[in-house]
Amino acid sequence: MSAAAAVMILAVVLIVLALVYFLVATILELRKIVAGLDRVIVHVGGIVEKSAPVNEIVNDINANLDAGVAALEGLLVKKAGLRDAVGLVDGLYPGAAAAGLRDFPESTEVVPPRIGEVYTKGTLTLARLGREAPIALASPRGAVLRDVEYGSRAARALYPAGREEGAAELPRSPVIGTNAPVQYEQRVESGPPRKRFQRRQP
Amino acid sequence: MTGVWIGAAILLVVVLPIVVVLLKGVLDAAKSIVPAIDSIAATAEAGSKDLDAAALLLTTQVQVKETIAGVAAYGGSLDVILDDAEPA
Repeated sequence: MSAAAAVMILAVVLIVLALVYFLVATILELRKIVAGLDRVIVHVGGIVEKSAPVNEIVNDINANLDAGVAALEGLLVKKAGLRDAVGLVDGLYPGAAAAGLRDFPESTEVVPPRIGEVYTKGTLTLARLGREAPIALASPRGAVLRDVEYGSRAARALYPAGREEGAAELPRSPVIGTNAPVQYEQRVESGPPRKRFQRRQP
Repeated sequence: MTGVWIGAAILLVVVLPIVVVLLKGVLDAAKSIVPAIDSIAATAEAGSKDLDAAALLLTTQVQVKETIAGVAAYGGSLDVILDDAEPA
């Protein structure tokens, strides 16, 4: 065998060795990748399985909450009137009047009344005592009335005379709700509706 | 004979380096994928564990229904007790 042929064979052997080395190393790395992807697939399968009912449940929760909001807003508008209802909502959540009430598109056009026209003086006083209450956001510059260290003392100052005499003998507040012992459907017993005075015409 | 020498030289000087460079590139690319796959697997595992709490949504769903039912009951009572607003 000539020297040239030997060199040729040597070159081929080197090429084959390089092919074997790199291809085997690549195969080992690909096996690691396959093992890693198997773990990924297991966990992704868990994610898919656990999150499958989430949409349905969240949609159901949202539907219930929407129904609750619509019912409460409807009751508020029915009892307080659209203008005062918007003022009340805006008093609790400043700026909320701009969004209006969901089922009352015309509420966005209502100019919300000032908070003092909706709440009584006592409510505002309690709100200022609390300071954290959302209602206090409307007048954040007011002096803090609550004694930070002795908060209960500040609350007692509202009633300096103490508990009213005979308070223990007074009837308890009525229980309301579907399970209440007395169902307040008895307008006949309580007589006709109260007489309402006509508003003064400006 | 000269052709054999030239062929051997081409194999050693041209073909072998090209084969080595190409295969090394493939191997390096495969090696770089492994850490990414491990990271993805760890993230997927953490995400799967985070979703363990999703089962609590069933409790939330039931409680929301009960709460809304309670609100509706109280709202009905309030609707009876309180007078309606005067029409504007």
